[in-house]
Amino acid sequence: MGAERTAVIGVGQTKYAAARRDVSIAGLLREAAYRALEMAGRTWSDVDAVIIGKAPDFFEGVMMPEVYLAEALGAVGKPIMRVHTAGSVGGSTACVAASMVQSRVHRCVLTIGWEKQSESNAMWALSLPQPFATSVNAGAGGYFSPIIRRYMMMTGAPELIGCMVAHKDRRQALLNPYAHLHQHDLTFEQVVDSPMLWDPIRYSETCPSSDGACAMVLVDEASGDAHDGPVAWVHGTAMRSESNSYGGRNMVSPAASEQCADDVFAQAGIVDRRAEIDAVEMYVPFSWYEPMWLESLGFAAAGEGWRMVESGATALEGGDLPVNCSGGVLSSNPIGASGMIRFAEAALQVMGAAGDRQVDGARRALGHAYGGGAQYYAMWIVGSGKP
Amino acid sequence: METDPLVPPAALSGEVTLPPALADAEPVQSVCTPIRLSYTYTPGRALSRYLRAMAGKRILGERCPVTGQVFVPPRGVSPLGGTATSESVELPDTGYVESFNITRVPIERRPDLKPPYCSAWIVLDGASVGFLGLVINIAPEEVRIGMRVRAVWKPDDELETSAANILGWEPTGESDEVITDYERIGRADPPPS
Repeated sequence: MGAERTAVIGVGQTKYAAARRDVSIAGLLREAAYRALEMAGRTWSDVDAVIIGKAPDFFEGVMMPEVYLAEALGAVGKPIMRVHTAGSVGGSTACVAASMVQSRVHRCVLTIGWEKQSESNAMWALSLPQPFATSVNAGAGGYFSPIIRRYMMMTGAPELIGCMVAHKDRRQALLNPYAHLHQHDLTFEQVVDSPMLWDPIRYSETCPSSDGACAMVLVDEASGDAHDGPVAWVHGTAMRSESNSYGGRNMVSPAASEQCADDVFAQAGIVDRRAEIDAVEMYVPFSWYEPMWLESLGFAAAGEGWRMVESGATALEGGDLPVNCSGGVLSSNPIGASGMIRFAEAALQVMGAAGDRQVDGARRALGHAYGGGAQYYAMWIVGSGKP
Repeated sequence: METDPLVPPAALSGEVTLPPALADAEPVQSVCTPIRLSYTYTPGRALSRYLRAMAGKRILGERCPVTGQVFVPPRGVSPLGGTATSESVELPDTGYVESFNITRVPIERRPDLKPPYCSAWIVLDGASVGFLGLVINIAPEEVRIGMRVRAVWKPDDELETSAANILGWEPTGESDEVITDYERIGRADPPPS
């Protein structure tokens, strides 16, 4: 007996914003959860379990928030499970939720990821001093900047590739009513001229700081078959992690990333990754991570990812492998939700429910998330047809 | 198909009514509460050796008995196999810049660091992994991947059992050592027989 076929029948998101002062943390989550339930045509009483994820507790300073949130999420008397894998957590949480259905532990699971950055200080939380090391790191940008510089050195990529990614994602965000940044008049020149924060990362090549939550409803095969509405079928899920420091580590394309990709594509029976995937939602908090992940995920040969960006192959308009039609992390970053948004947007694409950002006829899509020191990975492939 | 993100879901669209007792209360949207975290750090055997050596301007790494990889600062364990490290290896205070970042924004915790400043992954000669350090005594724009560097230590009378004894890393003036083969970065001396 194989794994239970699993379907996504509901997706709910909040309008991402710098600050949602009109709602509490619980109120923010309920907004996403109710939207997902309404799309799924379900109520709380149909939900067997809640799988919840967020980034480190000390961001908002609420320890074990899943305990406080259980009641708001209709989980009183039901199993609730917390997942934590740093920035990749939204993706890992969706993988865990899928496993609950695939293993036939539950038939209907609500999964949700969130962050309320307006009540938090992520830069402070990500720069905690350690007694055995000197404290010179300025948040995530300071950490990833040398890795990007190494990619640029090793591939000889033109200097403005990152700006092309940033401009594309911010343009595509205009098609997504849920995106945080809607910069209608942003020109490529403005991206190029924006100040360097963590050289070679410019201000406009950096993700914003957002409040938001994203939820999905996952059900078993019979419920997916019977569902009167769009369905995305799970074709594969994979997670990998590794130490962020070991001898011989390729920090640009870590082994855990490549192995996670190999696993998820094998599960989905995909051989020609670029040809067989119709849309990608990739975790790109800093623009240069698009070409880097294109290579690491096997969409481009080593050293060639930037050429795909340069040729326009990853744009919704005219590209053969549209990446981040939603605007991506570069346009909305509620950290603990960001991975789940990638997974949910992939599902919306194969449901044909992605509105103005829809890739015509998308049949299979990849959702991707990474976290920590580029050391935690979560990926899923969803399809319009059954696996 | 797509819902309006500015319209609440039906279940939450009902009007909220306050109990009469709260009718005149000032609405509170958020409060700011300072938090702090103090803790006692117990470094363990490997890091204790490293920190004590630091007080004498020596850098002690540890070698994995299986792979021969040398870790600094040592955490007492090889991150790949989980093998305990036990052999101390004294490393020179010279190495090269694996890659770097020029920070142009101030960081709260280090008001003494005036942007722009250069932080870099420094790989010591004989080490298998790099660690973050500050590159000093050179303009940030002139730092290069592969640049050879040496430690700049605090004055002897200010030395503590702390990695902060190394103020930063300055260029040695030797020719660059650009390594693109990751196996070579993870170079491992053969384990002792």
